[in-house]
Order: sequence, then structure tokens, then C-alpha cells
Amino acid sequence: MDEIISPGTPVPEFTLRREDGSEFTRADLEGQTTVLVFYPFAFSPVCTDQLNLYEEVLDELRAHGVTLYGVSCDARYSQRAFREQLGVSIEQLSDFEPKGATCRAFGVYHPAGFPQRALVIVGPDAVVRWSYQAPSPSELPGANLIFDALAQPAS
Amino acid sequence: MSELRSAPLPEVSPADHVRGPDGAPLVIEYADFECPYCAALSVRLDGLALRRVFRHFPVRSSHPRAWAAACAAEAAGLQGRFWEMHDLLFADQGRLEDPHLWARARRLGLELERFERDRRSQRVAERVRADFQAGVRAGVVTTPTVFAQGRTFAGHFDPALLTRRG
Repeated sequence: MDEIISPGTPVPEFTLRREDGSEFTRADLEGQTTVLVFYPFAFSPVCTDQLNLYEEVLDELRAHGVTLYGVSCDARYSQRAFREQLGVSIEQLSDFEPKGATCRAFGVYHPAGFPQRALVIVGPDAVVRWSYQAPSPSELPGANLIFDALAQPAS
Repeated sequence: MSELRSAPLPEVSPADHVRGPDGAPLVIEYADFECPYCAALSVRLDGLALRRVFRHFPVRSSHPRAWAAACAAEAAGLQGRFWEMHDLLFADQGRLEDPHLWARARRLGLELERFERDRRSQRVAERVRADFQAGVRAGVVTTPTVFAQGRTFAGHFDPALLTRRG
């Protein structure tokens, strides 16, 4: 898939790893609204700003029953070190092996071997509600875009 | 969920912190007192004939004292000394713990008990939060972000753009 997964599409089967090594799959999306934040690399400067910014609005998201995750192709140990260095609580999901398989399934795998900077909102029915890919990996999507999308009625 | 949806940048209002001559080019800064790039920008803007508006955009995870510093500036503002505290905070970002904030308040001749009460008050927290939320709604994603001449400059801003002719 060359284009980001579009709204109305059921999320395909996928497997990511949580920081503790356990699996995170399609079944984990069911029953709540989820924001998946695909970012190119742990420790790269723009990503750092992005997760710090989203951390500031987590309370608002949680108050509405929305869970937000960071997704990259970095190893889970790298992701944890990154999260701890930033001082953020956003749970990280690793698409390390087979590398980028989930990113490919969501249509957000950059040909140079890392996730595009993209946001995917998935409804409690595991169907994509909204998706957004930044025009370039160095452009950081504002938190306002997430709230705009969540305010739209689910189609 | 409406409180963080996209919205236009708020117009300059009497609630804003504004300095500089009327009629000078307007610069609206979203900044964080613990952000080194914000301090550097502030120094570069000092001394230019600009009408500057300061709005808070503290991001706690990267700058753990940013909120406390923002609230200290607001508390100083309630005693009429916002910009003086703004300058003192940016002048020494390595010292932002409580005793350092008290030392600045003392240096400015503020009434200390009132400063202490105000900087921890709901009113001040809401003021800082309101700036942050308005920034998010206007699409601010990093600091410093400058709005000037109808354009947005995120992270990098060259003040020469404001004085260049033609």
C-alpha cells in the first residue's frame, strides 16, 4: 500500500510490540478510540517536539476515553529510552521485526526505511475514522488536528 | 472536545502582555521561559522597534520548570511587573527553582506573600493554560513560534524580515 489507510477501512491484522515485549494487535484497538502517532525515529528533533506537545493534551484525550500511542520502527528498548529521556508517558509501540510490517499495512512506510509522520484515528470498531500524513517528515502535525478529527461524527 | 479544535489566532486583546510602540510591526510570540531558543529570540528582539505580544506555551515534559516560570511571570504581572519578570527569567534559565523565583520577586520589589499566593492560584494557572490552549488551536507545535506580518514562523524567526523593505 503506497497511500495512508483511508477512513472507513477496517484496520488490517497487525502485530506491534509494547515496551515490555508483549504483543499489541488489532484486538487491542477494539472498544475504545485510539490515536496512532507514527513518527520517523526516536531521538530525532522534530519527533521530540511532537511527543512533548501531545503529552500536554493527554488529559483532554483521556477525559474523552481516547488512548494515544507512539509508533516507530525503533527497537522497544530504544523507544523506552526515548520516552524516558523526554519525560513523557505516551506508550510506545515497536514495528521492529519484521521491520515496518505494520507501517506498510497502514500505508505509512517511507521508502527510506522509516515511518512517515502520520496520524491514524481508529474507532472502537477497529475501523479507521481519520488519517493524516504530514506533507514531509519534518512537518509536525498540530494537536488541534487530532481534536478536529475527534469532533467529526464517526461516519 | 471543542476546547482544542482549530481556531484562528486570537486577536491582541487588553488581556495580553504587550510592549513596544504603537504602530511598530506587531510580533506575537508563543514561548516558554525554560526554552533556550525562546531566550535567544527574546534577546534578538530586544532593542528592535517592535510591538511585542508574549503568550505562554509551556511544555512540561521538555521543560519541567516552564509552568512554574510562566506562573511567576503572571504573578509578577498582577503587581504590574510582567515584562520585568519576563526579562529576568530569560536572563538566567539555569535558575528557575522556587528560591530563584523568590529572589527575582525580591529584586523587583514585589510584595512577596502576594506573589507566592498568586503564582499558585487557580486564576494564574487558568491564564497560562488559556494561552497554551489558544496556541494549540492556532496550530502552534513548538517554541518559539512567532506570528508576524500574517505569517507563522515555527522555531526559527529572523527579525530582519520585519525591517527589510520591498
